[in-house]
Amino acid sequence: MLDDIDRRILRHFQAAPESASADLADRAGVTSSTLARRLERMRARGVLRGARAEINWPVLGYTVEVSLRVTLDKTQPRAFDDFIEAAREVPEVIEIQTFLGQVDVRLSVIARDMAHYQDLYRSRILTLPHISDLDALMHVARLKTDETLPL
Amino acid sequence: MMDMDEIDRGLIRALAQDAQASAGALGRQFGLSQPAAWRRIKRLREAGVFRGVRLDLDKAALGFSVTVFLGVKLATKGRVSLEDFERAVAAVPEVQTVEHVLGMYDYRLRVVARDIPDFERVLRRRLMTLPGVGSVDANVLLSEERRPGPLG
Repeated sequence: MLDDIDRRILRHFQAAPESASADLADRAGVTSSTLARRLERMRARGVLRGARAEINWPVLGYTVEVSLRVTLDKTQPRAFDDFIEAAREVPEVIEIQTFLGQVDVRLSVIARDMAHYQDLYRSRILTLPHISDLDALMHVARLKTDETLPL
Repeated sequence: MMDMDEIDRGLIRALAQDAQASAGALGRQFGLSQPAAWRRIKRLREAGVFRGVRLDLDKAALGFSVTVFLGVKLATKGRVSLEDFERAVAAVPEVQTVEHVLGMYDYRLRVVARDIPDFERVLRRRLMTLPGVGSVDANVLLSEERRPGPLG
């Protein structure tokens, strides 16, 4: 299992994932060899799966982001499977989440501008299978995005 | 908007999967020399193509088995300061993301907790007490999948 040293390493690592390992060792208060060994062990156990660069879509010309909250027709036994399979075919869908609650599935959809979004919405989203209700939240700003765990 | 070709788009996709991939390995994958790959990556980074790097951790193995999305509506708009709410909510350690949205809610929060009782504690003690909070709607995350996006 993980101990306090592992958690301390991860706490500093997730706060600055691009830091050099010597700096990370310093901040976590361990030697470089301890750091390397601990990280290797956490990788081997699948606790630390890797690191992803987060794409800044507006810089690539996708300035609109909409969160679509979907309720599915649950009388259809394959509603979830069919819907998710079809949503994967839409390149502008960058996130698919399923929920327990009022909302069944949420899609994050990006578009170049509102006209593009409207087109996507009509031709690719409303045509997805088994939708019984749908509402949209339009992103205005991201105020916190680090997704760190309170370790 | 910056000028990009197929190789740039491929590099962005590859780094989105593995931010730690070396310029040498990426170069081999896309038929570039190591220095050429490095120069392209540097140019993409400098253009701001990446918001940052995020560790991919097994949350459940670290003791966080519950992720909840909260839709928050502020109570008395105009009388509460959005800045006060934003500053206070961003300071809650269990709150992973805060998004200002237009629609049924004013804010969308991603919250992690150890289990449902722990989530209830965070909700009652730290979130319902934030300045200006009106109604809160919660959905527990069951599964999540990030897609590569429209990069050809």
